Amino acid sequence: MTTDASARPRTLAEKLWDDHLVVKGENGEPDLIYIDLHLVHEVTSPQAFDGLRTEGRPLRRVDLTIATEDHNTPTLAIDKPIADLTSRTQIETLRRNAEEFGVRLHSLGDAEQGIVHVVGPQLGLTMPGITVVCGDSHTSTHGAFGAMAFGIGTSEVEHVMATQTLPLKPFKTMAINVEGTLRPGVTAKDIILAVIAKIGTGGGQGYVLEYRGSAIRALSMEGRMTICNMSIEAGARAGMVAPDETTFAYVQGKPHAPQGQDWDDAVAYWRTLPTDEGAVFDAEVFIDADELEPFVTWGTNPGQGVSLSSSVPDPADIADPNQRSAAERALEYMDLTPGTPLKDVKVDAVFMGSCTNSRIEDLRAFASIIKGKQKAEGVRVMVVPGSARVRLEAEAEGLDKVITDFGAEWRFAGCSMCLGMNPDQLAPGERCASTSNRNFEGRQGKGGRTHLVSPLVAAATAIRGTLSSPSDLTEEA
Amino acid sequence: MEKFTTHTGIAAPLKRSNVDTDQIIPAVFLKRVTKTGFDDALFHAWRQDPEFVLNQPSFQGASVLVAGPDFGTGSSREHAVWALRDYGFKVVLSPRFADIFRGNSGKQGLLAATVDEADIERIWALIDEDPGREITVDLEARTATIGGFQTAIGIDDYTRWRLLEGLDDIGLTLRNEDKIAQFEARRESWRPRTLPVP
Ligand code: SF4
Repeated sequence: MTTDASARPRTLAEKLWDDHLVVKGENGEPDLIYIDLHLVHEVTSPQAFDGLRTEGRPLRRVDLTIATEDHNTPTLAIDKPIADLTSRTQIETLRRNAEEFGVRLHSLGDAEQGIVHVVGPQLGLTMPGITVVCGDSHTSTHGAFGAMAFGIGTSEVEHVMATQTLPLKPFKTMAINVEGTLRPGVTAKDIILAVIAKIGTGGGQGYVLEYRGSAIRALSMEGRMTICNMSIEAGARAGMVAPDETTFAYVQGKPHAPQGQDWDDAVAYWRTLPTDEGAVFDAEVFIDADELEPFVTWGTNPGQGVSLSSSVPDPADIADPNQRSAAERALEYMDLTPGTPLKDVKVDAVFMGSCTNSRIEDLRAFASIIKGKQKAEGVRVMVVPGSARVRLEAEAEGLDKVITDFGAEWRFAGCSMCLGMNPDQLAPGERCASTSNRNFEGRQGKGGRTHLVSPLVAAATAIRGTLSSPSDLTEEA
Repeated sequence: MEKFTTHTGIAAPLKRSNVDTDQIIPAVFLKRVTKTGFDDALFHAWRQDPEFVLNQPSFQGASVLVAGPDFGTGSSREHAVWALRDYGFKVVLSPRFADIFRGNSGKQGLLAATVDEADIERIWALIDEDPGREITVDLEARTATIGGFQTAIGIDDYTRWRLLEGLDDIGLTLRNEDKIAQFEARRESWRPRTLPVP
């Protein structure tokens, strides 16, 4: 760091960039940025390992690399061979590659196996002040710790494996200021759905988003991860929250957290990271937390969301012709009629899981609503913990019992119905309230219809069988 | 990577905005472990429809895709680029691309270049006039030309240079290996390590 750089007020993102600069690009070339942590899973890695092999290149830093199986893993009968041949091949390929290149791998059946974005934080590998990449767009999740974390393509995966660096152009910065206090029943998921509805699925393109303000400060690490996770749905490569006492408390004591002098050094550095007074963002957005209500998407992109208490919007009211026709097509796919109160929309399934909302706190929130109740008849409710460790924790707290007594399925860890690469899929035409992050056409199974919601809304919906918020339950009682 | 200077081929109009990566290649095809052979997966759901543009006889062999805004949104899957490339596309033109998709394209020698929305519509109209018409994309001159109409294409200098030279990323970076080693020597000891397993 030069004195010049430290004299000018900088944002959190700029500080991390400066501190990871290996080579400053000249004449329009990108900068070369060092990568502290590389997370690997079975879907986007085989071609990268293949590339290393073809070129005869070693994996430069196995001690900064970790792999887990998540996208394809079954969530039932995990002790049996995977039935789907291509899924099995992909997983077996990862196992062979990890063995050959010396990469640490957490396989199905291992206590640390799970969705890569749940595993990194729970092991204490994700921490403030580092750069994290993974061949997965939801790597933005790790930004919740005040890390610079973003998804990369398979060529970049190979690049990081070979060099532990990435050539990157600096991002622009956008402040998302969320001030105020959330009402009861309103969660981090509702904040981020509201942000995306406001700025659009392309609104964050080229930016790193920094979530700021009193409502963000008040969130737990789980809540911050939910928000950063969906930054990509606003088109941003990364989302971040400045590290604070909440962050340090979460990291401390985790298996890979720094210890002794290292811990003190780390915390001293981490305290210097928050955006300086007077630093300028390239763009700013303001959200009033007091005004937020539980949110739900009605369409086929995460920006097509509204308050759950409102009605299916009428495309005729949308001025932009592109957005209007997108809305028309979305409503046709979703089989929804403009003007229908969203709370009248019946669902066939509820999916509680995914790297957005499958941590222990999410499961607790879900369980707190369904406890002692019965799921609505005919609704299939699937609960999939984010990692094997989360599953064990939940079972130690008795949450599994609450979930099965409710009539829901309690599954093994993985991505599951978030993207339907394993057998957990919607049938054509089925409608699902899902705590995941993408409601694209066919995302949860061909012809499946997805409404993105928070764990609390998922729980209330599972009880009533129609899109509902927890307040609808108390009104009934 | 092959050098890209100029390309002439049939232009296929994809008159949709927000073409996300799940539409370009559904997740079910991501299970494959090879880097080629994804041509059958491209736009898999849409291709079931006989009316879909790529199913029309005039657009057989198309190699330039002319799409609406926000092409390639969604996941980081590079398979989207492989599928386009394996199908035979050399160029995608759109008013706006998702960042990761555009980055992935440059690395695979697929030219993802921006064209003004009004000009995209103009190109669509010219294709409608004479379906199967060829377009010439000149990376050196940064132009696209079709039926006497010429427009500028947008691409950043660095990606353009690499495409023109056919340069591979890793080889470029490894020219700085000494700098990487120096950086590693000064990294703080609190930074995370995955090995040894505690
Ligand atoms: S849970 Fe869904 S979004 Fe998250 S990594 Fe898995 S597939 Fe991707």
